[in-house]
Amino acid sequence: MTGERTEVSIWREAALVAGKDLRIEARARVALGQILPFGLIVILLFAFALDPDRGVLTRVAPGLFWIAVLLATLLAVGRAFAIETHHGARDGLRMTGLDGGAIFLGKATAIAVQLAALEVVLGVGVIVLYGVDVNGIGVVVLTAVAATVGLAATGTLYGVLAAGLRLRETLLPLLLLPVIAPVMLGATRAFEDGLGGVPGDAWPWLGILTVFAVIYTTIGVMAFGALWEEAA
Amino acid sequence: MSEAERDDAGLPRDELLAPMLRRVIGVVTIVSLVALVLFGLWGAPTDEVQGDAQRVMYLHVPSAWLAYLAFFVTAAASALFLWRRTRAEVWDRLAGASAELGVMFTGLALVLGSIWGRPVWGVWWAWDARLVSTALLFFLFLGYCALRRIPAADPVGGAKRNAIAALIAFVDVPIVHFSVEWWRTLHQQATVFNPQLNPQIHGVMGLTLWLGTIAFTLLYVYLLDRRYRLAVLEDGRADRELERAIAERISTSRGVVA
Repeated sequence: MTGERTEVSIWREAALVAGKDLRIEARARVALGQILPFGLIVILLFAFALDPDRGVLTRVAPGLFWIAVLLATLLAVGRAFAIETHHGARDGLRMTGLDGGAIFLGKATAIAVQLAALEVVLGVGVIVLYGVDVNGIGVVVLTAVAATVGLAATGTLYGVLAAGLRLRETLLPLLLLPVIAPVMLGATRAFEDGLGGVPGDAWPWLGILTVFAVIYTTIGVMAFGALWEEAA
Repeated sequence: MSEAERDDAGLPRDELLAPMLRRVIGVVTIVSLVALVLFGLWGAPTDEVQGDAQRVMYLHVPSAWLAYLAFFVTAAASALFLWRRTRAEVWDRLAGASAELGVMFTGLALVLGSIWGRPVWGVWWAWDARLVSTALLFFLFLGYCALRRIPAADPVGGAKRNAIAALIAFVDVPIVHFSVEWWRTLHQQATVFNPQLNPQIHGVMGLTLWLGTIAFTLLYVYLLDRRYRLAVLEDGRADRELERAIAERISTSRGVVA
């Protein structure tokens, strides 16, 4: 890591990594062909579990939406680090000399973009299938942005932590889900206010989501380099 | 490892507490636990409102206190490991040992709280802020312990990874606390650590609670020492066994020649 590295170059490097991951995704279409349909089937299964005729679905739609996103996050994170395991990709990325923080920002951005796309489709699915009204679109969008950044940051951090480990597929959910529980809680409450309730009530939750996103993005930029070196 | 660092049985000498100190702590722990049983079951008066069920408090509160203490020790030891100037194996082992004890005491606090809650609140579990955050704390560090169980190819790298994982989990604790606190609040206010310092509980009850806290803390220190020793012995066990096998092999083959 060199001292004269400017903020601009970190963002440029991050954009390179994000571009690489998204290009791989555009060609392999795993998120589109597997993770997205997975999210949709989860939304459908909730309707089987909670009788759609009694209005339960509409009431609990925000929570169901975020559970579906959380589950999809686990898959997206696993996928983001699986693409580094083939053809010596991880060593290749290490040898580029890119800053650890930049790689973190790049991979997190790629995950965030995929999650955002997933959320749009799932959101439409929830509105159509569960019959949800949207009172405050601004609050909903801001909540989704803050929550997605938080999920992508923690996901990337734990993704690299578990990368290269034996048992990483089973370990990742146990590590990640308790940490992102506050995101689930905050995003669900904010969505409740933004969809059926009073959008103005969502601000404290938006605050906690933003704090979460900032804290874990900062930790990720600082710690990713060391973890990336250790990942076998 | 040099010969000086090994004892007569060929095991590493690395200990957390001096053997004498450990023995003293062990004895005091047993004595204070026995005293806690006597005071908790007979010495302290029966609570007017909650009846005998309130006696669970003498175990529940010390367990919860230890859960927080243990996770704090884990985080502090992890930070000391990550800081280059204080990096030493001792912090990594201490962090792991303390986290395991923390998970155990958190689980104990949850179970005991549930047993207490059933007669007093009428339910085994309530979606109260402190209960929910404690449950999340349990899973946060359970995950950390699961991560530690996976051996790393490079021990120092693995220890660094574990230390970072402990700190990431620890940072989440206040966030979990505040988000859950906003979500719901029902639990009775903390009684002993009340800032007004009014003696709100009967004198003997307070004494018993302090006794429980001290006894459990000593128990924690003792178990921490034992778990640390176990970690020392686990490390390099394979090497020592190989060494011994080779030595045995050499001595038997010499016997054959003679």
